[in-house]
Amino acid sequence: MDIFLQQLVNGLVQGSIYALVALGYTMVYGIIELVNFAHGEVVMVGALVSLSVIQRLADRGLSGWGVIAAGILVSIPACMALGFAIERVAYRPLRRAPRLAPLISAIGVSIALQQLAALIWGRNFLHYPEVVARTPFHLGGAVITEVQLVILATAALLMAGLWFLVQRTRLGRAMRATAQNPAVAGLMGVDVDRIIATTFLIGSALAAVAGTLVGTYYNVGNHTMGFLLGMKAFTAAVLGGIGNLQGAMLGGLLLGVIENLGAGYLGNLTGGVIGSNYSDVLSFLMLVAVLVLRPSGLLGERSAEKV
Amino acid sequence: MSAPLLQVRGLAVRYGGIEAVKGVDLDVYQGELVTLIGANGAGKTSTLKALAGLLRPAAGEVLLDGRPAGGVAPHQLIRQGLALVPEGRGVFPRLTVAENLDMGAYARSDTAAIAADLERVFGMFERLHERRGQKAGTLSGGEQQMLAIGRALMGRPRLLLLDEPSMGLAPLMVQKIMAVIRQVASEGMTVLLVEQNARLALQAAQRAYVMEGGRISFSDTAQACLGDPRVRAAYLGE
Ligand SMILES: Nc1ncnc2c1ncn2[C@@H]1O[C@H](COP(=O)(O)OP(=O)(O)OP(=O)(O)O)[C@@H](O)[C@H]1O
Ligand SMILES: [Mg+2]
Repeated sequence: MDIFLQQLVNGLVQGSIYALVALGYTMVYGIIELVNFAHGEVVMVGALVSLSVIQRLADRGLSGWGVIAAGILVSIPACMALGFAIERVAYRPLRRAPRLAPLISAIGVSIALQQLAALIWGRNFLHYPEVVARTPFHLGGAVITEVQLVILATAALLMAGLWFLVQRTRLGRAMRATAQNPAVAGLMGVDVDRIIATTFLIGSALAAVAGTLVGTYYNVGNHTMGFLLGMKAFTAAVLGGIGNLQGAMLGGLLLGVIENLGAGYLGNLTGGVIGSNYSDVLSFLMLVAVLVLRPSGLLGERSAEKV
Repeated sequence: MSAPLLQVRGLAVRYGGIEAVKGVDLDVYQGELVTLIGANGAGKTSTLKALAGLLRPAAGEVLLDGRPAGGVAPHQLIRQGLALVPEGRGVFPRLTVAENLDMGAYARSDTAAIAADLERVFGMFERLHERRGQKAGTLSGGEQQMLAIGRALMGRPRLLLLDEPSMGLAPLMVQKIMAVIRQVASEGMTVLLVEQNARLALQAAQRAYVMEGGRISFSDTAQACLGDPRVRAAYLGE
């Protein structure tokens, strides 16, 4: 087996999930300059809502992917409603407040959602029923499973769709204009509040899909799963240049690949002193390195250029 | 005369404890080009921002075509026919020239008329046509001003508010911009022009208001202002 190729495949799969979550961070930051720390918890809620649906529909003789699709279709509106409510209740009233206030509000929402999820789903790790077969396909020296292929395809489709929405539609143009200069966008007739709400809705829908995919991939979920995933995705967004959509996509993929290559090689390179369980440390070391060497991220503009 | 298109009575604007506009009255009639001149910090921008809905008036009444417009959100005012070209242009730097112009027509849905207006704007500013695929942030100051004006025209406003369109531009560019403002005014658009370059503004306008310390200190026809010793001493450098 080719370790490099295998870890590359694994990295791209994990990275495409990071990318979906990172898009939510970067879109909100781009438009209201807020790090929405509760976004990881929206992913968690998406994962657990899907889990409940999948548990209910498993063992009924339905097609496995149909069951997962049902999970996604229920978790999307649930997460959208949640994201919409978070913006209304926790951020909008603080839009003119000092920058620290909405950040603290975000952390508060994050804790509240974790506790709420613990009440609904309990504190134990929950297992996703295996509704799809782990059929392996051989790809050169590496193995790729059906689940991995579906994750890659779903993420690619959503990212292409988002790119089209943002770059090619009237709504997307209004979103970009609002991110660049909200006051002037208002003068053009854009209802800025609505654009901000829409941004939360889109980010939350992506979070619902990402949550379902991550649960299906690793087969476990619980009320704390959003934290580390959220931090990683945020790292990916900063890595790519926060506020920049392509940056979030690139940053997510890159982070996934680096982590997995790190996990594959760390043990060998250090003679077993540092094992693959250090791959999380690797991501945050990368965050520190990027912040020091290129604070605006790989594709981000110099902050002075931002209007 | 019929009722004015824009009628302002006792308008006041406050920033925290500071009162920047202290009870302004002004009228702009349909088809007029009116200018509002004054020194730095007189309160001209604050007045325009309040008229365009960017600032909530602390007091006073604003009527647009007889309908109350004070404290109405900007995205609704554009639908009532009011457009503002803000001080400093406010182009969207990372949208292309064409996308900026499209944003100007955001509140409209009459596709055919929008396309015709786009041709008209490109006819007025050939430079914008040449640069239509370029990011607005890469344009020169003068080109950005053309874009800001063109974008406002794309909204087909009944009342166009302009905040210091000549600011920071080379003399040739200033002439070009002023020529366009006169042209749209002569074609029937109602214009309220804020300028620090008083001579230029008075030469283009029919009537003028002079603002000092948040109040209108003087108002007359532009002709009369050009001959008035007080205006000449304070604003025309004589
Ligand atoms: N955001 C703000 N906060 C506090 N004070 C402000 C603010 N904006 C303007 N001011 C004050 O209000 C007064 C009027 O400012 P304004 O910008 O309306 O003047 P102006 O006539 O447009 O001046 P200029 O010709 O320099 O553009 C000034 O004293 C200014 O310092
Ligand atoms: Mg001003």
